[in-house]
Amino acid sequence: MAQTLYDKLMAAHVVREEATTALIYIDRQLIHEVTSPQAFEGLEIAGRKPWRLEASLAVPDHNVPTTDRASGVGGIEDPISKLQIETLDKNCEEFGINEIQMNDIRQGIVHVVGPEQGATLPGMSIVCGDSHTSTHGALGALAFGIGTSEVEHVLATGCLWQSKSKNLKIEVNGELNEFVSAKDVALYIIGQIGTAGGTGYAIEFMGETIRDLSIEGRMTLCNMAIEAGARVGIIAVDDKTLDYVKGRPLAPSGSEWDKAIKYWNTLHSDADAYFDKVINFNAKDINSQVTWGTSPEMVIGIDGIVPDPDKEADPVKSESIKNALNYIHLKANTPINTVNIDKIFIGSCTNSRIEDLRVAASVVKDKHIADNIKLALVVPGSGLIKKQAEDEGLDKIFTDAGFEWREAGCSMCLAMNADKLEPGERCASTSNRNFEGRQGQGSFTHLVSPAIAASSAIAGHFSEVK
Amino acid sequence: MQKFTTLTSISAPLDRANIDTDAIIPKQFLKSIKRSGFGPNLFDEWRYLDHGEVGMDNTKRPLNKDFVLNQPEYQGAQILLTRENFGCGSSREHAPWALEDYGFKAIIAPSFADIFYNNCFKNGILPIVQSNDVMDELFNFKGEITIDLESQSVDANGKIYTFEVDAERKRRLINGLDDIGLTLQYADDIKDFEKDYFKTYSWL
Repeated sequence: MAQTLYDKLMAAHVVREEATTALIYIDRQLIHEVTSPQAFEGLEIAGRKPWRLEASLAVPDHNVPTTDRASGVGGIEDPISKLQIETLDKNCEEFGINEIQMNDIRQGIVHVVGPEQGATLPGMSIVCGDSHTSTHGALGALAFGIGTSEVEHVLATGCLWQSKSKNLKIEVNGELNEFVSAKDVALYIIGQIGTAGGTGYAIEFMGETIRDLSIEGRMTLCNMAIEAGARVGIIAVDDKTLDYVKGRPLAPSGSEWDKAIKYWNTLHSDADAYFDKVINFNAKDINSQVTWGTSPEMVIGIDGIVPDPDKEADPVKSESIKNALNYIHLKANTPINTVNIDKIFIGSCTNSRIEDLRVAASVVKDKHIADNIKLALVVPGSGLIKKQAEDEGLDKIFTDAGFEWREAGCSMCLAMNADKLEPGERCASTSNRNFEGRQGQGSFTHLVSPAIAASSAIAGHFSEVK
Repeated sequence: MQKFTTLTSISAPLDRANIDTDAIIPKQFLKSIKRSGFGPNLFDEWRYLDHGEVGMDNTKRPLNKDFVLNQPEYQGAQILLTRENFGCGSSREHAPWALEDYGFKAIIAPSFADIFYNNCFKNGILPIVQSNDVMDELFNFKGEITIDLESQSVDANGKIYTFEVDAERKRRLINGLDDIGLTLQYADDIKDFEKDYFKTYSWL
């Protein structure tokens, strides 16, 4: 029977099937400091050991400082952040789990590090106590976020109970305009289908526009599947996938590589596979996007105007527009490109890869951030990306333009470390969530692509690339 | 895990759609390495007028009197009523931990985000889906509600609303079963699976 890619990946991992759920074998478990301490504590209390040590790879990312790390973990000012990172180090050592520690050059955001190290491979089942685990689906892997109880369950059993999601095909065709990126495609889709549009589904992204995206761009898109409500976002394996994986430290080589790619080349939906739902978009309808509210679905084109709750017929939607505008201090009908910004954040598991930094650097080259920009941050996704960018001279371009060039981590995407917005500050951010208080209590987040973050930094307000 | 069989309680109405897990428990509280103690910081940014940080004495903080959980008639509520897509966003299990620690044992809404829904069952919280029309009725209902998991019903003063729940999840919740213990009964199946699996996918 014809199968979707998601069906194939699920079927390959079934250990045991029950009526409505199945025990799924997990190939890779990624671990970070925030959602793992209680899981390790649970193992310890029950006297259990990890099922298969090779499955796990840990890296601290959420709490790490992005400034000077010369004094190591001991030098972290916030004692609670410090304790959480020390706890990860201690747990990994005690349980024998492979960890990339904070001052290792390979350290970075878990969803950047996994693919970069070849810890993410096509066909794998991958979990992490982090909703943006959907990112890894860009390589044709079955990847999804789980809670801490499930982190403990996977550690102890190597498996997870899963009910099957429905299949949603999102097809995008046509060529994207210059400076319109995977981020804009993601935000546009979320704007169209809503933040619950993908709930209960695994989304497979298909079509010419998706095939034309680089692997970095595909990761950006799959990363935000969760913002459309879908735990899983996947893209079929093609030559770009294989080129990306080849030669990575944990990728197979020699005859194992040949054997692997034979299998990986089957990782696509069959031509006549059944999808429970199909949605089509055209790339030419997608321009650069900016969120105006407090949910990723509250999004408009860069040339758009902030919606008016009085013009919304649905009372629930009208109320949520009113609430959002009230929180974010914007008036209805304001052209978004006239709104001034205080801070810029280029980073996060959505947009901190080398391609993102290259695009942003190309926009700010030989220019300077506007006077009203109090802080513009570039936070690479990993130490290796940071080094690569420095080798290409991108750091110099950013610092000459007035940006700060930082160490790798989650940083101001969720502001668990020292990088945060003050109340009332407005930020153009390449991250993934614009929820109330996400980047600091009482602060205002607008999600954009790296190109728009860069051009807005120069203009001092939301702006197209000039 | 805490069992869930029946529950009789008043409900607290939180009339808002798309409540994300950042709102349920803000990130600064995620730095804890413990599983308990999150209740006082549930909905922290809506509940208090000042900015909450770890280690504050929450009993001395200024309350937002307009927020539903601060209103006298909803004190002691163990059932939360809310709107579409509750628990969207981050996978943090600190969200159900905070709800549970506060005292909520059941949440009734028209829809839930997938990861949050799943996390509830791991913590003895029963998430119940009801239609928008039923939600409107429940939001207008004053008095105690009784939830019975065995019969899958919500009873509001004699008016009965049934609900769906996966049979296996129901069994585990009613009996308070430990997921890991159950899975380890299949340890031999997992080992058998691994033998073939790593032969086929030998590069893993």
